[in-house]
Amino acid sequence: MFKYYGKYAPYLFLLPAVGTLVVFFFIPFFQTFILSFQDYSTSIYHATFAGFDNYIKLFQSPIFYKVLFNTFLYLIVAVPILATVPLFLAILLNQKIRGVTLYKILIYLPVIVSIVVAAIAFKWLFAETGILNYFVTAMGFESIGWLTDPNWALYSVILVTIWKGIGYYMMIYLAALMSVPQELYEACDIDGASFFRKHLTVTVPHLMPTIALVTTISAISAMKVFAEIYVMTKGGPLNSSKTIVYYIYERAFENLDLGYASAMAVVLLVIVLVLSLVNLLCFEKNRYQL
Amino acid sequence: MRKFIEKFSIHSVLILTSLLSIFPFIWLISTSLKGNSENIFAYPPTIIPKEFTWANYVGVWDKVNFIGYFVNSMIVAGGTVLLNLILSAMAGYPLARMEFKGKKVTFFAILATIMVPFQAIMLPVYLITLKLHLIDSVSNLAGFIGLIMPFAVSAFGIFLMRQAFLGIPKEMEEAAIVDGCNVFQVFTRVLLPMVKPSLAVLAIFTFIGSWGEFLWPSIVLTKEAMYTLPVGVNNLQGMFSSNWRFIAAGSILSTVPILIFFLAMQKYFISGENEGAVKG
Repeated sequence: MFKYYGKYAPYLFLLPAVGTLVVFFFIPFFQTFILSFQDYSTSIYHATFAGFDNYIKLFQSPIFYKVLFNTFLYLIVAVPILATVPLFLAILLNQKIRGVTLYKILIYLPVIVSIVVAAIAFKWLFAETGILNYFVTAMGFESIGWLTDPNWALYSVILVTIWKGIGYYMMIYLAALMSVPQELYEACDIDGASFFRKHLTVTVPHLMPTIALVTTISAISAMKVFAEIYVMTKGGPLNSSKTIVYYIYERAFENLDLGYASAMAVVLLVIVLVLSLVNLLCFEKNRYQL
Repeated sequence: MRKFIEKFSIHSVLILTSLLSIFPFIWLISTSLKGNSENIFAYPPTIIPKEFTWANYVGVWDKVNFIGYFVNSMIVAGGTVLLNLILSAMAGYPLARMEFKGKKVTFFAILATIMVPFQAIMLPVYLITLKLHLIDSVSNLAGFIGLIMPFAVSAFGIFLMRQAFLGIPKEMEEAAIVDGCNVFQVFTRVLLPMVKPSLAVLAIFTFIGSWGEFLWPSIVLTKEAMYTLPVGVNNLQGMFSSNWRFIAAGSILSTVPILIFFLAMQKYFISGENEGAVKG
């Protein structure tokens, strides 16, 4: 094909997007590292060089380990459920049944609704004398401090994240299910394989790349939870539901300790970077090729 | 018989899941419709209000500027969508269709942004936004620009548009050049109309993302008059501390616009891709 554009045309087309990314992504990206070596604790207008002080403070703080532990607990509980339950639902929705569109709309609804509204709705379900505790006591158990008991708070918040994510991952699986050859199912039917056997031997192996994709996406978004915690528990009680992003927010915008918060942000960056690289190298090599 | 049992169990699971998905909203709606004399903590709970009333909606509507929040959200989401469409399409075009020095570097630099979550770099983004005076204490316009700019373009959008341009036959451009178009006319008159479906997808998903954004506006906004819906709804909790009837009514009110949007655009979310499997 002949070159119909001038020498500068490609750069002119790229300029607005790249310029925006430079100002609002690349500069802040490098600045995060710079900030993490500065001390803002006396005044936010006056930074002094702090060397590794912020990191030392961070790694000596018990809250930091608590926050890391909570974040990984979030991963360990939420990710396996978000990788499997939506797959199961997608398989069910992929059968020849009536009402598929209605089911999809209803199950997808939590994805669309603002996380703030979702968190408020759950806060109301979780209320001390709320409807969930009614069911719990009706079944003969003691009522639970869903958001007020340090042993429960984190799990209650995780439940909201899971509830809000199921529809999203279900749609990813539904799209992937389209590519499974129908002949394989027909062969299974002729052999008289059961429903579960059919999907374990045909669907799951075919969807392995998608399952891996959903696992990494849900892991990365579990690292980034904020609104659920902000609206429902503010990280409490006793830091029991505090995760990385909430801690960054708290240290930066409530304690105005930008250096310390940035050191925390660098930790978040490293964890997400590792997760993304694994995803990119293993599963998405083909998606972004020049 | 086995077929019947199979279908019955599939429907049971799906009905149960659907109910779990909407129950928190049902309970919120139920609470929002209960009058002052009805105990909202009653055991056993009642889903259907005993004395049905709109009073909570009227009350919260009078005290909270929902129209203002809605307009702010529309401006922010609209601006974010518009900029994403323009910037992504412009950047996707040379990356798909042109040869130039630095293409590889640009490509991988944009790709790298996918791996860094906004939450990790939000502090410097905040400092830069302050430095550029893009904050609502300067002026409302500056405030809106500050809300929009960090999300004005994304690698996802650029790659989506690049992919769309790659799918267009090169003969289209050649024919346009022969007809006397310059490069900008090729872009706006020939290529852009052909990638409308991708632009629509980008617009819808950017809109949903921007509409629900909570963290960034709650960091930068200082004036209540500038609140977007999520920030305003969160603020209800402080305003009506334990008045759950009002909080519930306000939350439901704030959800109506996005619900309408979702139902109108549902084919994009739950597209007819699976029709073949359903009809059979």
